[in-house]
Amino acid sequence: MSETSPKPRPLAGYNFGYLDEATKRMIRRALLKAVCIPGHQVPFGAREMPLPYGWGTGGIQVTSAVLGPSDVLKVIDQGADDTTNAVSIRRFFSRVAGVATTESTAEASIIQTRHRIPETPLREGQILVYQVPMPEPLFKLEPRVAESTKLHALADYGLMQVKLYEDIARQGEVGTSYNHPVMVNHRYLMSPSPIPAFDNPKMHMNAGLQLFGAGREKRIYAVPPYTDVRSLDFEDHPFKPVRAPHACAICGSEESYLDEVITDDAGGRMHVCSDTDYCASRPPLEDAP
Amino acid sequence: MSALLQAEGLDLRFGAVRALDGVAISIWPGEVVAIVGESGSGKSSLLRVLAGMQRADAGAVLYRDAAGATHSVLDASDAALRRLMRSDWGFVHQNARDALRMEVSAGGNVGERLMAAGDRHYGHIREVAAHWLERVEMDPARMDESPKNFSGGMQQRLQIARTLVTNPRLVFMDEPTGGLDVSVQARLLDLIRGLVADLGLAVLLVTHDIAAARLLAHRIVVMRHGQVVEEGLTDRVLDDPQHPYTQLLVSSVLAA
Repeated sequence: MSETSPKPRPLAGYNFGYLDEATKRMIRRALLKAVCIPGHQVPFGAREMPLPYGWGTGGIQVTSAVLGPSDVLKVIDQGADDTTNAVSIRRFFSRVAGVATTESTAEASIIQTRHRIPETPLREGQILVYQVPMPEPLFKLEPRVAESTKLHALADYGLMQVKLYEDIARQGEVGTSYNHPVMVNHRYLMSPSPIPAFDNPKMHMNAGLQLFGAGREKRIYAVPPYTDVRSLDFEDHPFKPVRAPHACAICGSEESYLDEVITDDAGGRMHVCSDTDYCASRPPLEDAP
Repeated sequence: MSALLQAEGLDLRFGAVRALDGVAISIWPGEVVAIVGESGSGKSSLLRVLAGMQRADAGAVLYRDAAGATHSVLDASDAALRRLMRSDWGFVHQNARDALRMEVSAGGNVGERLMAAGDRHYGHIREVAAHWLERVEMDPARMDESPKNFSGGMQQRLQIARTLVTNPRLVFMDEPTGGLDVSVQARLLDLIRGLVADLGLAVLLVTHDIAAARLLAHRIVVMRHGQVVEEGLTDRVLDDPQHPYTQLLVSSVLAA
């Protein structure tokens, strides 16, 4: 199913998009500020949402604030359109906002995502909303919030570089295969939310607007279209996006990011595209499972 | 030639206690100045005020940078202070554990200041770190070990390497040999003396160890109850003390 579903009738008794208008305005103000200062974390008054923290409360608040009646919404969870988190958030918005939903990246105007950037490049006018569990890239290195705020203010990011140094000294390479920190617009250190390092280069000079919402931590940040986003590295140990050295078992792609799927109890496994829409849009292999 | 760091009329109160009472002090390039005095005399408070880590109630501290520009330390913004701490100054704490990152390897500890200053070449950072470990008489082969594995004396030497790696012009030392046994102290003092002479550093050294002051310092400042009671060339102050308190201090030194 890749075509867009018809617009459903919204549930009675809810404001459009679940949140009340005053809350949406507050979130939009935070979003505007975030877009003006790319990569800077803006505090906002996150509301209780009808799903648990860690399931995307920040993401759905941002989506709710930017959603309009003519928008077409796509929701992915680890690249897939058909997992619990994606299905329930998509159904949530079709009920409380009555917007059309889709599984096609190209047809969507707003894409809410958990931990992936779609393989299909975004075009101008599209919005990518990330669900962020921990917005502070320094939190494992500097336990004091006041101090890490100061480090951001002074652009004092030697500490993060020390962590990469330690990785190389111990393992010979940088050990972060996901959530690899990035510098946005040559100024702010930013957590890309736990997307695989493979996806980091897609953030750089992206045509779409990228918005990040962290519900529990009550922070919003953004990367406007065509913004410089550079993954941290060393000159002699350049950043390397990690990808499993296999082809997709279904579509045969050798470019897309792959999930490893255990198929039986005897050690059988296969690699398939994590982006289900991308995989379905390609002709399947003859011997595809 | 003008003073590197010059302070005048410094006052600092902690409630009823006058930690600093009209203190004036100056230090010239390449000079080692020891601040001696009993516990609670205001030595460490003075050091913290001069390094911008503590705001004084009154007075002025002026620092002249390599380009000849003068900075008022007491009015400097956090950003300006950090820049000074990163590029021009160093601070050696009494307890190495206060300054080192114990969960980061020795090489990472030395490299941190380089990376903070913008060095992004892993090979170069390691090369410089190894060179500095050697200069403080540590085995560069241990640069990937955690400082937790090191003895107190080695941790202190690692702290000195970490401080000097960015070639500061002025180093503040707060009892760098405190808490170490005498033979380790002697080696550390010898090391500091060699480095200071080689690099032409200006050092402001707080100590209650008169022997360490005699070995390292060109000039001595004696403090008591938050006031400077005597000041002069090291040999003059120690061999011919004028103030009764200095006389007491010098006569209390045990001969081995």
